[in-house]
Amino acid sequence: MRYVMVIDTKRCVGCMDCVVACKTENNVPEGYNRDWITEEVRGKNPTLQMEIRSERCNHCDRPPCVYCCPTGASHIHEGGVVLVTHEKCIGCKACIAACPYDARFVHPEGYIDKCTFCIHRVEQGLKPACVSVCPTHCMHFGDLEDPQSEVARLLSSRAHHSLLPQTGCQPHVFYLT
Amino acid sequence: MINRSQAAMNTLSRRRFLKISASTLLAAGVVGRATAALASATTREPKCVREVPTFCDICFWKCGAIASVRDGKLWKIEGNPADPLCRGRLCPRGTGGIGAHSDPDRLRTPLIRTNERGEEKWQAVTWDEALEYIAGKMQKIKAEHGPESMALFSHGIGGTFLKHTLKAYGTVNIAAPSFAQCRGPRDVGFRLTFGEDVGSPERTDIENAQCLVLIGSHLGENMHNTQVQEFATAVGRGASVIVVDPRFSVAASKAKFYLPIKPGTDLALVLAWMNVIVTEKLYDAAYVEEHGFGFDQFAASLTGYTPEWAYPETGIDPDTIRATAREMARYRPATLVHPGRHVNWNGDDAQRSRAIALLNALLGSWGRKGGFYTPSSMDMPDYPYPPYPKPAKPKVDNPDHKYPFAHEAITTGIRDATITGQPYPIKGWMVYATNLLHALPNEAETIRAIQQLDLLVVVDVIPSEIAGWADVVLPESTYLERHDELNVELFKDPFVALRQPVLDSPDDQKPNWWIAKKLAEKLGLGAFYPWKTIEEYLEHRVTEAGLDFAELKKKGIIRGPRQPIYFEEGAPAEFGTPSGKIEFYSPQLEKAGFDPVPRYTPPVAGPPGAFRLLFGRAPVHSFSRTHTNRLLSDMMDENAVWVNADIARRAGLKSGDTVRLKNQDGVLSNRVKVKATERIRPDCVYLVHGFGHTARGMRHAYGKGASDAQMITRYKTDPLMGGTAMNVNFVTLEAET
Repeated sequence: MRYVMVIDTKRCVGCMDCVVACKTENNVPEGYNRDWITEEVRGKNPTLQMEIRSERCNHCDRPPCVYCCPTGASHIHEGGVVLVTHEKCIGCKACIAACPYDARFVHPEGYIDKCTFCIHRVEQGLKPACVSVCPTHCMHFGDLEDPQSEVARLLSSRAHHSLLPQTGCQPHVFYLT
Repeated sequence: MINRSQAAMNTLSRRRFLKISASTLLAAGVVGRATAALASATTREPKCVREVPTFCDICFWKCGAIASVRDGKLWKIEGNPADPLCRGRLCPRGTGGIGAHSDPDRLRTPLIRTNERGEEKWQAVTWDEALEYIAGKMQKIKAEHGPESMALFSHGIGGTFLKHTLKAYGTVNIAAPSFAQCRGPRDVGFRLTFGEDVGSPERTDIENAQCLVLIGSHLGENMHNTQVQEFATAVGRGASVIVVDPRFSVAASKAKFYLPIKPGTDLALVLAWMNVIVTEKLYDAAYVEEHGFGFDQFAASLTGYTPEWAYPETGIDPDTIRATAREMARYRPATLVHPGRHVNWNGDDAQRSRAIALLNALLGSWGRKGGFYTPSSMDMPDYPYPPYPKPAKPKVDNPDHKYPFAHEAITTGIRDATITGQPYPIKGWMVYATNLLHALPNEAETIRAIQQLDLLVVVDVIPSEIAGWADVVLPESTYLERHDELNVELFKDPFVALRQPVLDSPDDQKPNWWIAKKLAEKLGLGAFYPWKTIEEYLEHRVTEAGLDFAELKKKGIIRGPRQPIYFEEGAPAEFGTPSGKIEFYSPQLEKAGFDPVPRYTPPVAGPPGAFRLLFGRAPVHSFSRTHTNRLLSDMMDENAVWVNADIARRAGLKSGDTVRLKNQDGVLSNRVKVKATERIRPDCVYLVHGFGHTARGMRHAYGKGASDAQMITRYKTDPLMGGTAMNVNFVTLEAET
């Protein structure tokens, strides 16, 4: 099993519903967020292109945040989901320095926090909060190793990219273009 | 060039978050104990979760929602899958609705003014004292001037019961900015053409459109849920999207054709499109023949409006005008030229909207799949109230039908009458859920009107700018804490929805129905409220309609059978115009002395070197009323002024620099950050509406960003219907150090 997120940038309007839903679902404190919107504009007025992306932890196959964690708090959970065990975390921020995606932050309670792919929901058979609220239905979540899954079908049929593949981290959030 | 604006519109980038969190780590230890309790409530196995279906009120779309309360605390709000409006998915504002309940800046208790108006000095009073005071003043106004001298400004479904009380009292002057400051010109333009309004929610069949034309409509930023969902569906299946906007909107980024039009010249483009479609005989001839009236006169009047003529006006080259006109014709009748919503731009707005209606008529999209469907609603009889007193005087807002096609009351007309005392004085205003100082143009005029009043009552959830000027402020419960009128919408799928309390109000706030009923009793109008509780009222209406109230309470929504929605399915092709046809040529307009076919006049030009001020919406805020909602302000807590990148470079400005806007009348805005971007033309600047709060009670939003409303000292009134066009103001950028 390999959980991935597949986000259709053609449909995404950058409304930030994913960010708000994550905050309510996971009680993310004011001033912090586990996901965010990036708008990438290319060209010169009026000939422009813009890609809008809902971004978060990429739950990499080779996660530098896990490799550098001195206590084992950052770890790879079942399905390839990268998690932080709060009780083991000493807040040293090595993972923040290592993460090429800026996906981690220090929670006011002192531990490192980030996207969990809403594993608590996934284990109950639900989709992550961001995926389930998205009004444009641009977000998909599932098991890449199941060829019948929606995510597998989308990635085999549509052009896509991931963020900073050159880092070698093997990110597992994909963007359909 | 890559322009990476991270962390969305929030001014704090993620890196900044990190820095703050690192430096406040010590302080965090102090509050750690308090937040630990919160954290334990969010562990993976929720203990006690209670779900309550209701409908949202963060905007007026009224999506069906299911609120979850976990261990007695409001946890989250999700879309109700049974609701045809939201289809189980709320927009970010709906999802962030819990921040309205927990907003620390909320009004908490009734207040009576102690100092001069506008000084925001209050004395907390009981509900009885507040209502007694209001009733006394209202009785005095009635005795001295007549009940018509009391006006009500009300926005949204929550105003239902206050309207009822005020009508029982005897006023006829009830208005909402949603007409003269928003969708009025569109409704008038479509009414004159098809005999019917576009309605709200709009009867646009976006999900089935093959070609969608958006003129200034920025769906995706403008977050009307059903429309955005359908827009994404249309984009996802490859519909051809044509976007006309001086700003490269989110919608423009999805478009096959982006037309960066010179602001204020949209009518010239629409006329040129129609010229091409008529000249090249691309229109739906059978549809026009069957349903049209006065087509030949209409066609003849288009002769001069060639793409070559439109080029210098609009800045859109003739080839693009022709290509887009042909694109629309190619997909007709499933080509939807969206009518827009906030369309008070240049003063010719009803005629521009009429031109958009006519373009749709040429394409045969009205009544057709992928165009404009025919909506229907559930049959819900009204509650049998006693008849209202017969008014002794006519409405005050539109004397002698100066604006002959205004079919709703004009807010600014009431404001004018309040200032001048003509045709008769207005001495009292009650304002419900509309921040008039941000909604009406020229706040100085609004304040001048307020100074003529014997009574200004504001009913609101937050201490808005208009509340700051009130004599009495009444704190309302949020939508999550109250019942309201049933939502019986004209829509694709008929339904009735119930709003019911999810939890109690935190302080001494009261629901609007309670306020309206108690006020009526104080005014000796108790007979107009034969019901004791709101549930009794709602149950009566639901039962009379043959539906089960218990089922509605449980599900939040009961749906009715879908009626035929397209002509081709058997929806009646009827037009409520005088001719009973689609009026390409309008004898009504001609008789009233207006152009029977829209005619172009160039927009007002600004002073040299000044930029036309445009404004619009962000997906995470509604009007000016969500800016103290901590969840939503966390997404966007200030606006920025969009400035074309070249212009900014020449002015030595870069993104993040602070400026003030100075308008043509010398009015200076709050300090606001620059967003230097390729995404806007060089001749205009853009602000998201609703920021730059000056009400001191809105502590969290106070002074953040700039208010477009403050810059809108000028407006141009639509001669057909009295709408106030607001894109006629010009600003320069004053650097701040």
